[in-house]
Amino acid sequence: MSEDLKAAVAAGVVGSQESFRELLQSVVEVARAIFGAEASSIFLLDEQSDELVFEAIAGQGAEKLLGQRFPSSTGIAGWVLVTRQPLVIEDVTEDPRFAKDVAEQTGYVPKGLMAAPLLHEERALGVLEVLDRPQRSQFSLVEMDLLGLFANQAAIALDLLQRARRAESMLAESGEGAEVVARLAATVDSLEDEQRAAGLKLLGAVEEVLRRDEGG
Amino acid sequence: MAQPEESAPQELRPAWSLPAGAAEGLALAVEWPGEVTRDWAWGGSTGKGVTVCILDSGVDEAHPLVGGVQRAVVASVGPDDEVIVEDDTEGDLCGHGTACAGIVRSLAPDCELVSVRVLGAGFTGSGGVLLAGLRWAVEQGFDVVNMSLSTTKKQFAGILHELTDKAYFQRTVLVASAHNMPVESYPWRFSSVISVGSHEEPDPLTFFYNPDPPVEFFARGVDVEVAWAGGARIRCTGNSFATPHMSGLCALVLGKHPELTPFQLKSVLFLTSTNVGGAR
Repeated sequence: MSEDLKAAVAAGVVGSQESFRELLQSVVEVARAIFGAEASSIFLLDEQSDELVFEAIAGQGAEKLLGQRFPSSTGIAGWVLVTRQPLVIEDVTEDPRFAKDVAEQTGYVPKGLMAAPLLHEERALGVLEVLDRPQRSQFSLVEMDLLGLFANQAAIALDLLQRARRAESMLAESGEGAEVVARLAATVDSLEDEQRAAGLKLLGAVEEVLRRDEGG
Repeated sequence: MAQPEESAPQELRPAWSLPAGAAEGLALAVEWPGEVTRDWAWGGSTGKGVTVCILDSGVDEAHPLVGGVQRAVVASVGPDDEVIVEDDTEGDLCGHGTACAGIVRSLAPDCELVSVRVLGAGFTGSGGVLLAGLRWAVEQGFDVVNMSLSTTKKQFAGILHELTDKAYFQRTVLVASAHNMPVESYPWRFSSVISVGSHEEPDPLTFFYNPDPPVEFFARGVDVEVAWAGGARIRCTGNSFATPHMSGLCALVLGKHPELTPFQLKSVLFLTSTNVGGAR
């Protein structure tokens, strides 16, 4: 990768992880609110370790669970991920093994859950879960479609987050220089008009000095 | 120029044509009635003599709603991409396969169930495992294979297509869950399988033909009470629960008319759908 390209990538990437995280968080917050649920979470598939990781959580257990991991192809989330099929389950506590496993991992055992795979193009990126929505007489397919819409949004956010992470790690590998330039570019970009103009002027002067040194 | 050998005239005949006078030999094994009713299609059938394979997360065979499994295996892919199929002693790693098995059993109480587990070896490579499990199931010549699953990997689409066609021509009926999310997935989109989505009616024998494919049938898939791992019974929603309803119906029809090809079976399902002739 050329230095110019690195700088361009860096400028786009710095700070974007945080934005995509916020987007993910907003998806789970809205999903939780729309379904009137106790909690909602997004699991990211870590392909290297073949594990599902809690990436965003709204509601109960949020602080404790963030970053926790479990095997990618067991349990209900694993089934949803591998088979690409969304499903809704009520009274899941009837399954004693599920209740025990989940309680050990998370300290919170949901009674009912909705789960949908997060699919982007042909990749399965993770799973969206909505836990303990209020019990109604009958679940409707309209809610299932709604879950699918949220899953689609979450998948796009997750894809962006993964891209940003890859770009940042590429930057980190490429040395300190690109990172500094990227941070500077992001800072200048965030300034008000007047300050921004002053910042750009200052950077222009720095560049001139550096080039003069290069030439001399 | 070499002349065709006179001793082998049959080899020169086009392989897939019907020579003059041979039509009489094409008598159908089953006498097709003037009107195909549900009573003709599966009246009195319990699915006896039909084997239904559950390609899923394994099956808890001790569950009373499952009522035993003839065989349970787990599929995996070896280091040289070879398909490995071994006896499965793990049971059900999720609960879903048990749910599907219980639904099939509820409709076709005397069918044989076989479990092929394609879950548990990790997500990486799960597409290959799914394919391996399906390949094995098709090779066994099971009558019905329930696939409440799909893959989005394009690299598997071609091989899956070949496998589903192979199944279709050898009279193995594949029943596959349709996807209600905006992505391309397989094998449910292939016309050689019976693809299933959900309706909201509570009757397990209510099913609709969809004149606007690719989803061909809608079966009960909302708020279904199902068997689950650990002896549990829970209520579930999803196309993956509608699918075993159609598999169970296939088992009933094939129990009564074992000679039907998948094309004929699909035609029977069309004619007996609730929105076609099923009400009669």
